[in-house]
Amino acid sequence: MAKTVLTFGPQHVVFPEPIQFKLKVEDEFVVGAEPVIGYVHRGIEKAFELNELKKNIFLAERICGICQTPHSNAYVLGVERLMGIEAPPRAKYIRVIMNEMNRLHSHMLWFGLLGDAIGFESYFMQVWNYREKLMDIIEKIAGNRVTYSMNAIGGVRRDISDEQAKEIHNVMDFLEEAFKSIEDVLKDYTLIKRTKGIGVLTESEAKRDGAVGPTARASNVPYDMRMLGYDAYRDLEFKPVVVDSCDSYGRAVVRWKEMLQSINLIREALSKMPVGDIITKSNALPKGETVIRVEPPRGELFYYLKGNGTKNLERVKVRTPTFANIWPTITMLSKGCEFANVPVVVLSIDPCISCTER
Amino acid sequence: MPGMISLILKNLFSKPVTRKYPFEKRPPFKTARGHITFARMEDCVFCGMCMRNCPANAIKVDKATRTNTLEPFRCIQCAMCVEVCPKKVIDVLPEYSKPEYEKTTLKFVQEKKEEAKEKKEETKAEKEGGKA
Repeated sequence: MAKTVLTFGPQHVVFPEPIQFKLKVEDEFVVGAEPVIGYVHRGIEKAFELNELKKNIFLAERICGICQTPHSNAYVLGVERLMGIEAPPRAKYIRVIMNEMNRLHSHMLWFGLLGDAIGFESYFMQVWNYREKLMDIIEKIAGNRVTYSMNAIGGVRRDISDEQAKEIHNVMDFLEEAFKSIEDVLKDYTLIKRTKGIGVLTESEAKRDGAVGPTARASNVPYDMRMLGYDAYRDLEFKPVVVDSCDSYGRAVVRWKEMLQSINLIREALSKMPVGDIITKSNALPKGETVIRVEPPRGELFYYLKGNGTKNLERVKVRTPTFANIWPTITMLSKGCEFANVPVVVLSIDPCISCTER
Repeated sequence: MPGMISLILKNLFSKPVTRKYPFEKRPPFKTARGHITFARMEDCVFCGMCMRNCPANAIKVDKATRTNTLEPFRCIQCAMCVEVCPKKVIDVLPEYSKPEYEKTTLKFVQEKKEEAKEKKEETKAEKEGGKA
């Protein structure tokens, strides 16, 4: 059988953003794949160097539309370390709450997209309907439903009042109930048929290819940057969610369990949140270099910052989770995956292309 | 199957989740960052803090003509200017700005102090006259 090269993307119904896969196809089966990225490169790393320190927070937030809080959180943590200051404890807890709400809404968005990709339209609408409650509470706290702009150098910009804390508790109760009503979907015959045993990435392959986030955790690799204990994660009790099924279904299960874990983390953070200041002001200028790793919904986010004692940073390097997960995707596809299953496999890593290309 | 029937009946008689948007609008949350405006121009000292701290370069401050120019299409609603303003001239309002056909710039001009005084006196006199 002769090999044929089929292009998948850059414009495709399952992709919200442009990425191309050149698939080598033998009959119905994919035997090789080559990614083509660079359609939405914006030169943000260079813009970091030209912009001033404070303005860069908003720039970092705009690298990714969905996981923007971890981006600004990583940047702010790095600058704080270079300046030699630390955020007050209350600010650290507020950061954790915002990060977890971000994870919750991102995973819900992904479940909707999964329903959409396998042709389960009503599930997509149901999940996104529940997600709207969460977006509303986020808008009430942060001031905007998409770009929160909560992080500042040395703390956070807005406080969470007691009333807002109560409202968050209410929304978390609502979501827990809502998740119970739709959790049977994961036991659904069609969904299992479309995802189980598809896009297999074994434990050794995940380690070899450097998979991160839910992709790695579904392959039995307990790789979670929250265990490093940045912000207030060190005071909270949790363990990384690990599943050993190594396939697309496992990735869905990991995300489902992480959503429930996020609800518990938010409740725990709200109950443990100390009273006090929310920002430490400092006029120090960053000098030296540092590396920061945080855990957005999609996996490990890496920031390298180099300061030279002026208002501008000398170099900023960002490695986003999808960038690390592209190679594992190629491994999954090249194993003789059926052509019709390519959308499910690619979607299972939760690709975010704009953030990959920066 | 019985579970399904109850779900169908529930969906038939429940209200739709969506809103009929242009006719029915959700009231904005009080804490939302919708758009900014120079609400108290009479207090402005034209220090230019808002201009220097704006990440999108949407604000221009001109001391000579006592004018602040705001480009709403560049503004990213981060409310940084509201935070740094020493005289608290700028307000952030919860209503999101509406779409427009042309890219507009908003100009906020400070009246000269004498004119402002005269105006105040006039309004005072009017009020007193109205009372009398």
